[in-house]
Amino acid sequence: MRIGVFVCHCGTNIAGTVDCAAVAAAAQQFPEVVLAVDTPYACSEPGQRAIIEAIEQKGLNGVVVASCTPRMHEATFRRTVERAGLNRYMFEMANIREHVSWVGRDKKLNTFKATDLVRIAVEKLRYNRPLTAKSFAVNKRVLVIGAGVAGIQAALDCADGGLETIVVERTSTVGGKMAKLDKTFPTVDCSVCVLGPKMVDLAQHRKIKLYAMSEIADLSGYVGNFEVSIRRKATYVDWNKCTGCGLCADKCPSRKAPDHFNELVGRTTAISIPFPQAIPKKASIDASSCLHFLKDRCGVCAKVCPVEAIDFEQQDEVVKESVGAVVVATGFDLLDIRRFGQYGGGRFPDVVTSLQYERMLSASGPTGGHLKCPSDGREPKSVVFISCVGSRDRSMDRAICSGFCCMYTAKQAILTKSHVPDCETHVFYMDIRAPGKGYDEFIRRAQEEYRTNYVRGRVSSVYPKNGRLAVRGADTLLGTQTEVMADLVVLAVGAGAAEGSRDLAEKLRISYDAYGFFMESHPKLKPVETNTAGVFLAGACQGPKDIPASVAMGSAAAGKVMALFSKERLESDPQVAQVNAVRCVGCLKCLRTCPFGAIQEVQARDGSTKAQVIESVCQGCGVCTVTCTDRAIELQHFTDNQLLAEVNYLCRSWMEKSPA
Amino acid sequence: MSAALAYYPGCSQTASAREYDLSTRACCQTLGVELNDVPDWTCCGSTPAHATDHALAAALAARNLAQAMDTGASNLATPCPSCLLALRTAQSRCENEGFKGRVEVLLGRPATLSIRTRSILQVLMEDLGLEALAEKAVRPLKGLRVASYYGCLMTRPVGLMAFEDPDNPTAMDRLFLALGAEAAPFALKTECCGAALGVPRKEAVLELSGRILAAAEESGANVLAVACPLCQMNLDLRREQIEGYTGQRSTLPVLYFTQLLGLALGLPEEALGLGLHNVGTRPVLDILRRTWASEDVG
Repeated sequence: MRIGVFVCHCGTNIAGTVDCAAVAAAAQQFPEVVLAVDTPYACSEPGQRAIIEAIEQKGLNGVVVASCTPRMHEATFRRTVERAGLNRYMFEMANIREHVSWVGRDKKLNTFKATDLVRIAVEKLRYNRPLTAKSFAVNKRVLVIGAGVAGIQAALDCADGGLETIVVERTSTVGGKMAKLDKTFPTVDCSVCVLGPKMVDLAQHRKIKLYAMSEIADLSGYVGNFEVSIRRKATYVDWNKCTGCGLCADKCPSRKAPDHFNELVGRTTAISIPFPQAIPKKASIDASSCLHFLKDRCGVCAKVCPVEAIDFEQQDEVVKESVGAVVVATGFDLLDIRRFGQYGGGRFPDVVTSLQYERMLSASGPTGGHLKCPSDGREPKSVVFISCVGSRDRSMDRAICSGFCCMYTAKQAILTKSHVPDCETHVFYMDIRAPGKGYDEFIRRAQEEYRTNYVRGRVSSVYPKNGRLAVRGADTLLGTQTEVMADLVVLAVGAGAAEGSRDLAEKLRISYDAYGFFMESHPKLKPVETNTAGVFLAGACQGPKDIPASVAMGSAAAGKVMALFSKERLESDPQVAQVNAVRCVGCLKCLRTCPFGAIQEVQARDGSTKAQVIESVCQGCGVCTVTCTDRAIELQHFTDNQLLAEVNYLCRSWMEKSPA
Repeated sequence: MSAALAYYPGCSQTASAREYDLSTRACCQTLGVELNDVPDWTCCGSTPAHATDHALAAALAARNLAQAMDTGASNLATPCPSCLLALRTAQSRCENEGFKGRVEVLLGRPATLSIRTRSILQVLMEDLGLEALAEKAVRPLKGLRVASYYGCLMTRPVGLMAFEDPDNPTAMDRLFLALGAEAAPFALKTECCGAALGVPRKEAVLELSGRILAAAEESGANVLAVACPLCQMNLDLRREQIEGYTGQRSTLPVLYFTQLLGLALGLPEEALGLGLHNVGTRPVLDILRRTWASEDVG
């Protein structure tokens, strides 16, 4: 073998604490190395050209680049050696930046370690073999999980691009959080009026198939060929028959069911349609409040339904769909208000969440858009808004800013004045964060035109006093304590990951952060991709986002799906497990341990049992390799010989020449 | 009953809060909780010590813990939340080896402070429990509407005290409910009474304690229950000063929770120090006597 080694300076990133020339000089002595040089920037155009020229002039058939992490430039250098006619797997990378120069200060020791890492790469490369990717067909159907504004946008863009689109929504209607909002900032236009047409488009688009009241039960497969199981939850109403006339809800005698669409402000009937613009406009039964299920009587809905759609015997049903890509748009949920005892959350009825307040302001809400205190129905004459409730609060392990609360609080203060012009409004805030287009102007309108009293400081407690609520806090601009009397206190409760998002992440094999928000592949350059190929993110499931950002991300995810589907076939990664049938004794331990179901049982010609890898399903994790007692199954590009070559060298070198 | 407890009364309980000590001892005796006084105990350091020097404050507290541990006790209880905070702060700070070293120099002995420290309220709630307490109660507290005032320190700092919801504790409320009383919806359960500011800035105490009294009156309570000697002093002994400051008269008696518990356990009023108050406790006894007469107990 003829190996070339290129030691990158990365400017001073590496050369600052590693003697790159000395590493190259040492590498020159390594077995089968015919060329070893140092280079200022290996990834630059001249750097890559030098590698190509060396391959051609020196007849190299293997290349080692010692530079940064392979996550950064492995793909770059693989393409470089490919351009010079080598197989892309005849390349190894030694990470002497993240693993050496950035973490150690001692130049002598750094140089020693960098030399070792280069040697390890050389030792492995000596056992590398050319590998070739296989290609497979792409199923050009897309699954969108969640039908809030981000999911709706992603689905419509995909469908308009000609893709068959499956939309799965957990609740009985599409629209998500945006459908619950009364107005939107900074334009103060009616939220559902803007969203409504998009919801209708979604329902009527001939390329879109909508599963409401459904959840993802399971997802298997890989980019281009996913198999998804969708659990359609029992609604006890045959939606093929239901016309959405609402007669059942009018006659339902059980009128104390929790109204989840209205954020538990007010009650609803056990059979209900969540709101007038609901899509699909179909009734469903809340079994936990329905007299038929609780006491085995009633059945009024079944009697009055003109189309006989009520079906008390209905069961959950699992349907299967095949898709090639997934867009996750499952949004967020507010934190539980009961966690905020200091503000009376969950203790005093007149302390509400911002989303509850939104429903109280809405003309289609439980109070018909008339502001009323939940405790006794009186009209509030003073409303106090508390921002950063559970956001930027390290005492609750929540250092994050929820991003949109400053803006909707200003909007709600403005709306309060338009509902009750003589109502005082006070906002307790830490900082105002209004960096969007027209946003800061909007805050100023709330302060100046709508006379909202902005108090900079935290609230220490909310307590009942003379039949109202006293809100005590600090005014840090005046340097005093302050106490404001309120009829209603609105908490700008922080945004957390949507309920069940961790379970969903496990099913989709994507990662999530400490707060449960899904992780993008790169915080700047791959904001909608995940680390699982073919799974994309849109909207607040990745982190709190306002409507424009969610819509933009929905479109971005759709764009990514369409780019993926613009190819007829995709290449599979050849770094997968492979069974050596001669060694395999057919114990099938690998089959049982494989987390991806990528191993199947086959019969050899002599009738014996053997394991076989389904290459397109294998993710290359290597679990099977360590399970196999007969060294019959091996991961390509990480074979036993390749890894042992690295270890053998490393152990010997440490015994012989440790600098300590 | 439960194993013997090392008992650290704290200085207040020998003077301004003698009735807290008396009632605590009386209740524990009746309930079969054996209290062994920490031998030769001294001041926990209190506010002056920790405001001066953390190592000195910890050494004062650590001395008492070490004295208790010398008796072989593994559990210590004190009625005073401020003493408890001083003891726990010393325990927590001495987990740092460097700090522990400084304390050991002052103490002249090892500062290994592994003893479990709790308030009397916590011990009664955890080791006996509501059911057992209610079972021992021979006279119901029916007719009393109790505002339970926990003060700043019973539940805070959260990490150190680790007792109940820091903003809405309910231990005393549940205790009095179990003993047959009503729990008044008192809003300022954990507000500060002004504490030791009574010396340097009396108005601060009168303002803050005034708020607490007003909120207790608003809740419709006919007795205010406390668990801290300093809270009790500010609300009881300074009553005339508060009235002069706020212009609002209030005859609401301020009793230690142990005094109310003692009444339910059938203990005589003298044993509970009910005559040692500034604001008369007679209204409480009058209500209870009427209850007991009608139910033929006591």
